[in-house]
Amino acid sequence: MADTARDPPPDRTDFHEVEDGEDLFPEPSAETPESQPASLSAVDISTNANGPKQDSFFDDDNEDLFAEATEEVSLDSPERDVLLSDGPSPAITPITPPTSVITPRIGHTHDDMFTHSSFDEIEEEESGDSFDIHISVSDPEKIGDGMNAYMAYKVTTKTSMSLFKQRDFAVKRRFSDFLGLHSKLASKYLHIGYIVPPAPEKSIVGMTKVKVGKEDQSSNEFVEKRRSALERYLMRTVKHPILLKDPDVLQFLESTELPRAVNTQALSSAGILRMVNKAADAVNKMTIKMNESDAWFEEKQQHFENLDLQLKKLHASVESLVCHRKELSVNTAQFAKSAAMLGNSEDHTALSRALSQLAEVEEKIDQLHQDQANADLYLFSELLGDYVRLIGAVKGVFDHRMKTWQKWQDSQMLLQKKREAEAKLQFTNKPDKLQQAKDEIKEEIEELEGKVQQGERDFEQISKTIRKEVSRFEKERVKDFKMIIVKYLESLVQTQQQLIKYWEAFLPEAKAIS
Amino acid sequence: MMQEGLDDGPDFLSEEDRGPRAVNVDLEMDATLQVDISDALSERDKVKFTVHTKSTLPNFKQNEFSVVRQHEEFIWLHDSFVENEDYAGYIIPPAPPRPDFDASREKLQKLGEGEGSMTKEEFTKMKQELEAEYLAIFKKTVAMHEVFLCRVAAHPILRKDLNFHVFLEYNQDLSVRGKNKKEKLEDFFKNVVKSADGVLVAGVKDVDDFFEHEKTFLLEYHNRVKDASAKCDRMIRSHKNASDDMNRIASSLYTLGTQDSTDLCKFFLKVSELFEKTRKIEARVAADEDLKLADLLKYYLRESQAAKDLLYRRSRGLVDYENANKALDKARAKNRDVLQAETNQQLCCHKFEKISESAKQELIDFKTRRVAAFRKNLVELAELELKHAKGNLQLLQSCVGVLKGNT
Repeated sequence: MADTARDPPPDRTDFHEVEDGEDLFPEPSAETPESQPASLSAVDISTNANGPKQDSFFDDDNEDLFAEATEEVSLDSPERDVLLSDGPSPAITPITPPTSVITPRIGHTHDDMFTHSSFDEIEEEESGDSFDIHISVSDPEKIGDGMNAYMAYKVTTKTSMSLFKQRDFAVKRRFSDFLGLHSKLASKYLHIGYIVPPAPEKSIVGMTKVKVGKEDQSSNEFVEKRRSALERYLMRTVKHPILLKDPDVLQFLESTELPRAVNTQALSSAGILRMVNKAADAVNKMTIKMNESDAWFEEKQQHFENLDLQLKKLHASVESLVCHRKELSVNTAQFAKSAAMLGNSEDHTALSRALSQLAEVEEKIDQLHQDQANADLYLFSELLGDYVRLIGAVKGVFDHRMKTWQKWQDSQMLLQKKREAEAKLQFTNKPDKLQQAKDEIKEEIEELEGKVQQGERDFEQISKTIRKEVSRFEKERVKDFKMIIVKYLESLVQTQQQLIKYWEAFLPEAKAIS
Repeated sequence: MMQEGLDDGPDFLSEEDRGPRAVNVDLEMDATLQVDISDALSERDKVKFTVHTKSTLPNFKQNEFSVVRQHEEFIWLHDSFVENEDYAGYIIPPAPPRPDFDASREKLQKLGEGEGSMTKEEFTKMKQELEAEYLAIFKKTVAMHEVFLCRVAAHPILRKDLNFHVFLEYNQDLSVRGKNKKEKLEDFFKNVVKSADGVLVAGVKDVDDFFEHEKTFLLEYHNRVKDASAKCDRMIRSHKNASDDMNRIASSLYTLGTQDSTDLCKFFLKVSELFEKTRKIEARVAADEDLKLADLLKYYLRESQAAKDLLYRRSRGLVDYENANKALDKARAKNRDVLQAETNQQLCCHKFEKISESAKQELIDFKTRRVAAFRKNLVELAELELKHAKGNLQLLQSCVGVLKGNT
């Protein structure tokens, strides 16, 4: 499957399975702008080197494509091997040592800018089955003791997709494994415009309680919240057609042993580097002033800003509701006890009995409130929290687009300067150095021209990807919200039905007082 | 600002029936003397109640008349009953609590200050809510003052009290000033002495089984009602908080609905509407629980205290009687002041017996009233809870139906 393909053919649909671990290049149509995934500076040179060669791949002959691909691959295979290769080809799947998470792997990432139709095509070509995979995270188990203890979760996958080796399998994973997975995916896909679902957040307080072994309501809730969040995270990740096929994801789901992702620890060198990068990004964002020529992007950015604001507000209100409902449950339980006491001391028998019944009703109602508060939390509140984080990822992707534009502009400016320098050279009168300088400049100009072209391609590529991703994201959002909110409302319906039952049972008791 | 909407007394009272709103008390409707509060006005820091009387009794100049009274005048009337030795053997109907709008007023003020920081819709909504709250407190205080008067009017002895008639009829200000500091201090010490005394007196075992039982019962009951009342209040407050949250959720959903460009906008608007409506129902549930349960418990907290006071007075009387007996014996032994001692002893005996007799009836009546009131309120509470739950259910089910149909 064409995971490693360099260029996204907008309407190309024939793909071939790679036989011997070569990269598969889809057949791009001639007019598609060649776009390498946006490259970070470290890999610039290599991609540039590959850049021009890409052109020759744009032809309809699959065989030729592969032939050239072979050459291509061998040039960079050392680097490739380091990165997790893509594709269903099992051969190229070295386990990525954690350190490589930091190295830019842009050059040969497997996500391709497939067109939407290609997504479906690929899946059909690939396995002939529709999206059918269900992941569940269960059985949180505390392993170890003291501060080194951790929770291990069972990740069970049930699927009929031929992407996987089995139909029903399970592995044990810990929280840092999930973070590691996200980290890898983010470094591979975010900067080219794919919305990678964010992983659940770390919580020092929550985990410490668990480590220490405090078995109480709040730590149980913490574990359950986390378990549920991990499940949602995995489901969202595999729902993304590109991410589903990423070997890191497949490895995560399938292989029994997984190397410890130590770089996810907050205080590791990787963690600190992440923080520094984040700060740098924030500063950069403020200084980049992009001339938005595309109204679609401007509108969408505004839309996501508004959505972010409103969802945060709604989330805060729902969290407050959860809190108050829990309070209500506690207070109702206390009142129930008090009413029971009152019933005990009441010396009129029928009234005494009625008061005891009232106490029982209130006790049942308090349980009802507790259950409802849980529904409030796990359905509504968590959904909102997830989307607040997801929108963060969306905004990040827009930011990457800005960065890509900036790079392109920078290259252009540099080219301009070099051209001016070249023009100046024409008028100097140092003939002996002139030719050498002229040649140098000519080379640099050629290089820069390539860069500029590449930059433009990258920018257009990421813009295209983002458009598709946003449309997919919005579809998912609509589906998610509708489904979960309806489920939540159904929980409210159930609560009311129970309330009716309880009060109906009580009424005759009250009437029986004489 | 607040006064404008609330000074139109007739309007706000018109929705409820004009009969005595004896929520917590089961009273027989006696045609010879009917009292109710037909109107009320809320001014800066006082409430003016219009007390309306309908009577066929000859003592009154007219058959139907009204006067305006303030809270302090109710307290004056109550205290005059308490201080009247003739009424020692009766449960004095508990005085209505002072109208307390401070909390509500503070909230309205805060709202006014924060007007700039919220949207016009939010501001109007919150203002409406606070005004509704203010109104609810207002109605409650009117009801409690009315219950007091009705209880007095229904009591065979107290209804004949002269002060009561003056209270009802005298259409000028009674010039009852609130207690000044010195008097308040005196009251405080009186209470301290009373409670200490009460403890001592409570220790005295009563020969009479009935009263002994009542004493034990009332002591325990009073404490438990106090506890239940406090816990009930807390529960209702949580309920109100949750319903406030729903209000904010409805607003947020509404904004989301208006901003969204996808299918979700209609969806959000519908859910926002649902939350608005369901919140109103939840708020009503909390209000009804407050009225039927919390107020009931509060009232019986006060009444059980009044009953305890009666028992105390009787015990006091018993102790006085026993002391008088001892004094008489001593006097007879010394053969000095025998006549005085005898008169005293007879007085105490008479007082004690009078109190005991009426107290027994009073306590039996108290039980009957209590049972009836609880029955009425618990039935009404259950019926209201059912009504609201069914309404809520229908709302939710229809909304879910619409949402599912559209998806």
